[in-house]
Amino acid sequence: MTRLSQKEIAIGVAAILFLALAAMLPFVDQGYYLSLAVNITLYAALCTAWTLFSGPTHYVSLATAAFFGLGTYAVALWVDVLPFPLLVGFGAVAAGALAALVGVATLRLSGVYFVIFTLGLAELVRQIVTWAQGKFTTRMGLYVFTDLREMHIYWMLLALTALVFLTGWLINRSRLGFAMRIIGDDETVARHSGIDTAKAKIALFVISGAFIGIAGAICAPRYGYIQATTAFNPMTSFLVVIMALLGGTKRLWGPIVGVIPFVILMDFITVRFSNYMPIAMGLSFLAIVFLLPQGVTGRLEQVWNRLQSRRTAKPAAEKAA
Amino acid sequence: MKRRTLFATAVCAAGLLVAPGAFAQDVLRIGASAPKTGPLGGGGAVTHWPNIRLWMHEINEAGGLQVGDRRMTIELIEYDDQTNPEIAIQNIQRLATVDNVDFIVTPYSTGINVATAPMINQHGYPHITTSAATDGVVEFARRWPNSFWMLGTASQLGEGVVQAFSQLRDAGDIGDRIALVYVGDAFGQELVTAAKPQLLEAGFDIVYEASYPFGTQDVAPIVAAAKAAEPDGFIAFSYPGDTFALTEQAQIQGLEVGAFYTGVGTAFPGFRDRFGDASEGIMGIGGVNAEDPKVADYFARHQEIAGSEPDYWASATTYAGLQVLAQAIEQTGSTDKAAVIETIKNGTFDTVIGTIDFIDNVNPNVWTVGQWRDGKFVAVAADGISVGADPVVKPAW
Repeated sequence: MTRLSQKEIAIGVAAILFLALAAMLPFVDQGYYLSLAVNITLYAALCTAWTLFSGPTHYVSLATAAFFGLGTYAVALWVDVLPFPLLVGFGAVAAGALAALVGVATLRLSGVYFVIFTLGLAELVRQIVTWAQGKFTTRMGLYVFTDLREMHIYWMLLALTALVFLTGWLINRSRLGFAMRIIGDDETVARHSGIDTAKAKIALFVISGAFIGIAGAICAPRYGYIQATTAFNPMTSFLVVIMALLGGTKRLWGPIVGVIPFVILMDFITVRFSNYMPIAMGLSFLAIVFLLPQGVTGRLEQVWNRLQSRRTAKPAAEKAA
Repeated sequence: MKRRTLFATAVCAAGLLVAPGAFAQDVLRIGASAPKTGPLGGGGAVTHWPNIRLWMHEINEAGGLQVGDRRMTIELIEYDDQTNPEIAIQNIQRLATVDNVDFIVTPYSTGINVATAPMINQHGYPHITTSAATDGVVEFARRWPNSFWMLGTASQLGEGVVQAFSQLRDAGDIGDRIALVYVGDAFGQELVTAAKPQLLEAGFDIVYEASYPFGTQDVAPIVAAAKAAEPDGFIAFSYPGDTFALTEQAQIQGLEVGAFYTGVGTAFPGFRDRFGDASEGIMGIGGVNAEDPKVADYFARHQEIAGSEPDYWASATTYAGLQVLAQAIEQTGSTDKAAVIETIKNGTFDTVIGTIDFIDNVNPNVWTVGQWRDGKFVAVAADGISVGADPVVKPAW
């Protein structure tokens, strides 16, 4: 590994400061803004974890709900007998294992086949989990009652988001990250240069899935009553994709840029157009896809490049005059 | 937030300067968060929202609530929770800390009531639930002393079925052979756990038993297998989707039984509209005592003001829950939340579903089984409250 550059150190310090600032929020407000922040942090963690895999590889995964639900159920099924932190670990392992299984089976597929498979996966896992629950456990209503309050959930999600970022940054610096970028550009070239593409993709899919599983586990105490329909809600998968695309998936911090405005936008729609929610939501989806195909970060880069070229063009023009 | 507070302060200051006398608040701000979209959007539109509108309309028409020496009209602040607990929690937080409402009416469904209960508790609001029927209610009431549970327990509903079927069997209308099917989630299992031992104890013979996963579309094989077992009675602890599908299949395949029972959804007016005359004699969860003038009056008002027919199970309970809230505020004579909770705990309330007197925060008196009779879903089994009629044998399809 190379040494950290000055710029990287500056970014790191800024990130730590920002994190510390964000962690202070519960001391300022414990009401609505904390709830909103929980939601933002949750999606920040989910979208960034999603982008770890889908960003460089361009494989659109709709399996988020499957991993998330597994994490939630890991906590719900055993919260009465095992300590919560252990169950969060369980959630990560279960989701990671599922990702490995799915990865082995499907990551040789590409494009639309993979998308369709992951979409079906959440439903399949939901059915298996509810069947197994009735078959092998005597637990009926899955209630998760803990002493965790909203601020604790918030801090856990914040820590998770930081961890996802750190992991993403480390991967980017590693051989794995380099391999992923080549795979994303051209998989055939990658294979010809001796990269074990299947192995690399599975490794990343497992990491991404495990993080999403942890997020699900952390959210279980927040829901209180765990139902398959909420834990494996397909909406989660779609929202994560939309928010990540809004931000842009080329950069690790891209999804966050999408999450914050999107969650606030959804909230605004809920308040102002509560009776027209689906229409307003659909219109905003369309707007994102048509107006910001590269995401906010893509648009920012475009603007930045234009400014740069203008700046370099100007002196040249002056010289000519 | 800051700018808003500043603005509000400025407005208040201006108000004080202009009209010092008109400052007494005569509007009661009520918050509501329930599904308008998502999987439960349909249920919310039939059972939940119309009752809130009806209740508010009637109070405001009458000039408001008498709170101490003030008349207070109701202003409603409503949000859609999209059937999503995450958003529901956020809505409650917004109602409590941004909108600063005086009271919050119950969210809709067991899951979302449980998810929002800690938050409602934290802000000290009374939480009168009218759409959660599970055996967990006793524990919930203990965990959140500000919460009240009005729709009964799954065990009560299961016992009601045994009660109605035994009555028919003892009258010689049906035999002992029962086919029992249920949705394989918490709701179905709770009901089966309550009903099955009692069915056996009552001398019934369970000739077919099966569970199916939540969301099953094709129930034809279940009905075919049940029919092959030649039952005298059919019991399904089902959700709306499967309730409609099972009934339809039973009709298509000609499953002729003297007693036919399906779960949630049977009490919807849409069920009767869908099956027409074939719905006659079908039993299901819920029912109301339509003979009771109070209930008849409620149905008429609901139709007139909300423009739709209420369902025959949780609708009346939802309205009754709102009546409890309004009466508790009037009895307390103030909008102090803690005092209102105390009043609800200890007081008695006259509602459309009879007198409500909470025992350990749970309303024990509920209708458990209804039967479609001449287009009305009449209560034929109940716990602690009078029924509308005795169950009768179901005619052929």
